Amino acid sequence: MTRSIHIALDINGQRHELDVEPRVTLLDALREHLTLTGTKKGCDQGQCGACTCHVDGRRVLSCLTLAAQVEGRQITTIEGLAGEAGDLHPMQAAFIEHDAFQCGYCTPGQIMSAVACIREGHAGSDAEIREYMSGNLCRCGAYNSIVAAVRQAAAEAA
Amino acid sequence: MRDFSYIRAASASQAGSAAQQSGAMFLAGGTTLLDLAKCGVSEPETVIDITHLSGMSGITVDTAGARIGALARMSEVADHGDIQAAFPAVSQSLSLAASAQLRNMATIGGNLLQRTRCSYFRDPGAFPACNKRNPGSGCAAIGGITRNHAVLGASEACIASYPGDLAVALVAFDAVVELDGRKVAVDDFFLAPSNTPDRETVLQRGEMITAITIPASAAAVNSTYIKVRDRQSYEFAAASAAVGLELEADGKTVRDIRVALGGVATKPWRARSVEQALIGKALDADTVEKASRLAMEGAVSHGGNHYKIELAPRVVTRAILKMGGLA
Repeated sequence: MTRSIHIALDINGQRHELDVEPRVTLLDALREHLTLTGTKKGCDQGQCGACTCHVDGRRVLSCLTLAAQVEGRQITTIEGLAGEAGDLHPMQAAFIEHDAFQCGYCTPGQIMSAVACIREGHAGSDAEIREYMSGNLCRCGAYNSIVAAVRQAAAEAA
Repeated sequence: MRDFSYIRAASASQAGSAAQQSGAMFLAGGTTLLDLAKCGVSEPETVIDITHLSGMSGITVDTAGARIGALARMSEVADHGDIQAAFPAVSQSLSLAASAQLRNMATIGGNLLQRTRCSYFRDPGAFPACNKRNPGSGCAAIGGITRNHAVLGASEACIASYPGDLAVALVAFDAVVELDGRKVAVDDFFLAPSNTPDRETVLQRGEMITAITIPASAAAVNSTYIKVRDRQSYEFAAASAAVGLELEADGKTVRDIRVALGGVATKPWRARSVEQALIGKALDADTVEKASRLAMEGAVSHGGNHYKIELAPRVVTRAILKMGGLA
């Protein structure tokens, strides 16, 4: 009883039209339908944060968001952070400078979460950064470097 | 996840009538429904997206109290200055729950309706027996690993604990759930499992939460939410307490006190016996500690959760002493 629906998604400033089953999540729409594979599928159950994207500027988990639900919203993924000339977002640069990853799988979600964390005003101290980044797990354990990268990017943005 | 049909509701009344058909479920933040659909616990045939309804996400606070639209996001309520001032325990219960991403998604109405984290309930493939999922099939948790299960309010049919934080703060301050056409006190909104653990609230088919109201009180202004858990962040409560305290002019005699518990009971648990034991009394550590133990009247251990009977009164004690300026 597959019933596809036609939806239009505004991702990183570009309109994409696609036919999906209603159950398709934003995460699967990005990765499987639009080959925007920068957004990672970790647990697919809302527990790890690897799939973090922005919807209307707010960080959300794309694995627990239906694609159909965000029609008409502005979606930003990790592919949308860098400038048009390919210049890195300050948070991306800070992650590289502080070696804030090992395997890199959680990194797109960490960076999307970190950008929002600063925008929300929740990067005032290391303790606050740790609390407000707790929804992004890093199994390599790069947490100290991640906190250092967020701290630096927050200082630069201030 | 089974496929379903998707309806984007244009109005609350359209959503309500669409929800009359069997297998229909409302979708708000999606953090519970899609999670449980992936686990095979929820199998909606129709999902009714209510997140685009207008006029249901406002937050207003005045001298009478607060009114929070059901579609307000957890983060919006937690960060609201007037909520923080008039109901600190409510704001804290939200800030200490879930993660920043989930708090941006989950709505206040949906937050109340979050389902238990009982690992037997969440795994139908491995554990067919679950009276909550499948009435009459039994309870796999009883005799199993019960570290996270309820010591209060359980029955022989179900020992699953209510996992939320917000509802604990709400029940402490006599909040009311507004449904389309009727109002129910939060304390009456949630049902203990008894012989029907599949019925968790008084909601009827197609009924939608539209708002929460919380009456203002001096105890709510001087309130806190303390949550003890296995990790420092992003974890459900092992035991939590919402406490509000109003003292007489002498600065030590209790005029009004509110105490509610989370993480230990099958529903948000108001501890009225603790309140009654302290009203009119002068606060000191010994009196508070003795009164806090009354919160565990009727508690039943299932082995793994025995520690909660010791832990919860300590959390209550800590919260009361903190609000009384004694800790």
